Amino acid sequence: MTYESVIGLEVHAQLLTKSKLFCSCSAAFQADPNEHACPICMGMPGVLPVLNEQVIEFAIRTGLAMQGTIAATCRFARKNYFYPDLPKGFQTSQYDEPLVKGGGLSIDVDGESKFIRLTRIHMEEDAGKSIHGENLADPTKSYIDHNRCGVPLLEIVSEPDLRSAEEAKVYLQKLKTILEYIGVCDGNMEEGSLRCDANVSLRPLGAEKLGTRAEIKNLNSFRNVQHAIEYEIERQAAILDSGGAIEQETRLYDADRGVTQSMRSKEEAHDYRYFPEPDLVPMRVDQPWVDRVRAGLPELPEAKRQRYIGAYGLPAYDAEVLTADRELATYFERTVALCNQPKVVSNWVMGDLMRELNRHHITPDQAPVTPVHLAGMLQLVNEGTISGKIAKTVFDEMYQSGKQAQDVVREQGLVQMNDSSELESLIRQVLVSNPSQVEEYRSGKQKVFGFFVGQTMKATQGKANPKMVNELLRQMLNA
Amino acid sequence: MFEQTIHALHEQLKAGSLKARELVEAILARCIAVEPQVQAYISLTPDLAREQAEAADAAFARGDIRSPLQGIPLALKDNLCTQGIVTTCGSHMLESFVPPYDATVVRRLREAGAVFVGKANMDEFAMGSSTENSYFAPTRNPWGNLEYVPGGSSGGSAAAVAADTCIASLGSDTGGSIRLPAAMTGVVGLKPTYGRVSRFGLVAFASSLDQIGPLTKDVRDAAILLQAIAGHDKCDSTSGDIPVPDYSQGLDRGVSGLKLGVPREYFVEGMDPEVEASVRAGIETLKLLGAELVDVSLPHTRYAVATYYVLANAEASSNLARYDGVRYGLRAASDGDLLSMYKQTRAEGFGSEVKRRIMLGTYALSSGYYDAYYKKAQQVRTLLRQDFQQVFTECDALLSPVAPTPAFRLGERLDDPLQMYLADIFTAPVSLAGLPAMSVPCGYTQQDLPIGLQIIAPPFQEAMVLQVGAAFEAATDFHTRKPVLP
Amino acid sequence: MISPEQVAHVAHLARLNLSEAEQEQFTAQLGAILDYMEQLNEVPTDGVEPTSHVLDLVNVFREDRVQPMVTVEAALQNAPESAHQYVVVPRIVE
Repeated sequence: MTYESVIGLEVHAQLLTKSKLFCSCSAAFQADPNEHACPICMGMPGVLPVLNEQVIEFAIRTGLAMQGTIAATCRFARKNYFYPDLPKGFQTSQYDEPLVKGGGLSIDVDGESKFIRLTRIHMEEDAGKSIHGENLADPTKSYIDHNRCGVPLLEIVSEPDLRSAEEAKVYLQKLKTILEYIGVCDGNMEEGSLRCDANVSLRPLGAEKLGTRAEIKNLNSFRNVQHAIEYEIERQAAILDSGGAIEQETRLYDADRGVTQSMRSKEEAHDYRYFPEPDLVPMRVDQPWVDRVRAGLPELPEAKRQRYIGAYGLPAYDAEVLTADRELATYFERTVALCNQPKVVSNWVMGDLMRELNRHHITPDQAPVTPVHLAGMLQLVNEGTISGKIAKTVFDEMYQSGKQAQDVVREQGLVQMNDSSELESLIRQVLVSNPSQVEEYRSGKQKVFGFFVGQTMKATQGKANPKMVNELLRQMLNA
Repeated sequence: MFEQTIHALHEQLKAGSLKARELVEAILARCIAVEPQVQAYISLTPDLAREQAEAADAAFARGDIRSPLQGIPLALKDNLCTQGIVTTCGSHMLESFVPPYDATVVRRLREAGAVFVGKANMDEFAMGSSTENSYFAPTRNPWGNLEYVPGGSSGGSAAAVAADTCIASLGSDTGGSIRLPAAMTGVVGLKPTYGRVSRFGLVAFASSLDQIGPLTKDVRDAAILLQAIAGHDKCDSTSGDIPVPDYSQGLDRGVSGLKLGVPREYFVEGMDPEVEASVRAGIETLKLLGAELVDVSLPHTRYAVATYYVLANAEASSNLARYDGVRYGLRAASDGDLLSMYKQTRAEGFGSEVKRRIMLGTYALSSGYYDAYYKKAQQVRTLLRQDFQQVFTECDALLSPVAPTPAFRLGERLDDPLQMYLADIFTAPVSLAGLPAMSVPCGYTQQDLPIGLQIIAPPFQEAMVLQVGAAFEAATDFHTRKPVLP
Repeated sequence: MISPEQVAHVAHLARLNLSEAEQEQFTAQLGAILDYMEQLNEVPTDGVEPTSHVLDLVNVFREDRVQPMVTVEAALQNAPESAHQYVVVPRIVE
């Protein structure tokens, strides 16, 4: 039986606010346990929440970037359940009146473009973290850290429009990029600022009715998202093929073993007993507010990508790579502003720069080679002061030292040798010193040409103008 | 001197003829004498009180007078968080809970230079109408030979004022918990408009109903105490940003020219005849003072108790979910399993009334029942509010009984929770509409049990409530009687 | 009316252990109270907006600013069990 896999993703994005959703504790990531905890986010008796205005701003911004509809009125609601990392015994979230409805984004998979719709986006608070005793001290205990309690989250729910693990991964990557672009989330899955749950079900190809779905949690990298979904699809197919039925349940992905496992064997479905949050008042977002946020949106990834193809004339691949990260795109644009050779700049950014960024685990704006550095170096290449090959050396040296290209070239005497008479005499030397190779060449062995080029380059410590060398060599050999 | 009012004592403190230190010693001595019988307090804070009295005296000496409450000994209901002082909410669950923060009202009182005598007894988590649901001993009404309840849930706050073991106190009111004990102990009790006083630091029972308010010996004192605590608080998103008038102004305006409504649904069959007689006499007094009485109708009144108990319990079931033994409060010994820790902690930590209400609230919100109970109750709440809105187009304030009976005997209603709930029939609708209301003493039964008259006004019209109450008080002397303690 | 099974279910939702005596007592008492609440069904409420808040407040916000409220020690002071600056509970079983 051929099945169609139907996938929806629920993404939780931690917002880049300074303080938490309902209290003034820091929302920053690194801290000692319970350093960013207060009576409010710890749910002590008598405390009350007060809403951080930046959270709504970010939520509206996200809604607009995702082409959703911003609700004129929305409310918070209580989602009631018991868990040690949930201090109040309820999570303040949004239920039937979310801030954003609808919207979506386009993904390209295998050359096909497809629009993945969103169901909704809403605001909610994060829960704390519990560490199991065996990982800390006493294996019969768990340890609760409230630093994360009350950190603002956006829950972004897609319609079940995804049809493969690959699509899911691409969707997630695009979503992450958009969130980074608009500055609301740093999209770091490893650190948990972006989390993803996947709802997976199968149905016979062509069927309309949705199959029973399983929810997979604990997906903390793009890779895991893809592999977990792939595994789950296989698992469900195997069950259905053998005549079994899929259980509606929550499953955890075990990255080490590459399998999903049932989380709760006998846990009944939660009855969250949602009701409107009485401690918070409704929110009204009027059109002027929406317009203001919209006006403040930066150029979004899709638009930027199109612009790179159109205005810069870059190939789709380059545009895709450069716009995948907002800082990288900014770096690229700044360099092009100084040195108007988009393709050349693109090659350097995608090549040497990204290599170094990845090696040193830093972001584009932390690179010692700034757009000014890079543009300066390219200028020297354009002038013929250095060759493209030497430029590689210059780049590495700039990276190490942070010095400008000009200084590197001058200090290390890397100026290209452009003097044809000087080159001519050097080449003559090379030819004279290698008579047998000359003989080989003249008798038809074209490949030996490279040897002479190499020898010339060696004699000039690579500084000879390669084009000139080629021309002169050809002239002199064919003479 | 412990029999005096805030305003009378203030004059003496200001003049220097009385020292705050003397006053607090008198109160503390009174506590020693009377507390074993009344048990209005869960805990006394004599060291703090003396410190605060000293500071007040020093301030008076410098001519630094921050407020009429400077140097005045007050009791605080034990659901008001007081930094560094155990705050139990009358419950085993929080028996040793020491908040690291003050409730906003507590902070305001500290800044006003008030003196804290102790934390007053209450029904556990403010759930009850008699203070018999306190985990600690029940408070006894100073009236009626110590055989009667003081009302609840702010029974301790009321009894302390009636017994003169404080000059005034703060209580909280969700469905009548200030007004009912005030009526039953013969003191003045005011529930402000919802949102008039910050709820930050008030241990929540029902978030959309709870309010903190004063219990005092007379109306002027209520105005003074309300003044100190009213006003917008940025820590409470539900607190109204409405300017606070000078509540002491206009207390002498009288009632002539005012239209006072008498809602017919508040004079029901089954009301105690002495209560009805006193209240009607009180209404008549106000007419004689120049008010025009208007016969009005609040047609949805009889649904108020059911509405109240659905909504209050639903919110409470959620507000009390945090008591799980994890971060603070009681943690029951268990066989190592987390789930049993939860269940055992909550079984041991909560008394039966609290459990009952949590169960009712959970049920009302649960899957399949939300529309029938919770949503329905919210809709009826709208109708109740509309009843009042309509009536206030015809009159300036309303008059009614506070409770259908005077204080009942200890233990009399413990077996019938529903019977207990019906004590709220006149106070609950006012809470649901979020209106300000005050109980003033208006008579006594043959057995010398106090009876209260309820005065209700439109939202944020506490001044009206106080004005009518002051006029009534000026023409009567019910508020001057004191109980005789055996 | 409420059945003992419903009472047990609600007790579990509310994480309350009920003794057998309580179970029985509550079934009777809750039943009576719920019956009393049935009278709300008499009230016609079609088209009536539910009241969630009595005050017509909207858009109450605070600035996005960090301001510590208490020290870590104060925050953990009331914890029945704490260690290494964590709150300690019996091992959570997934």
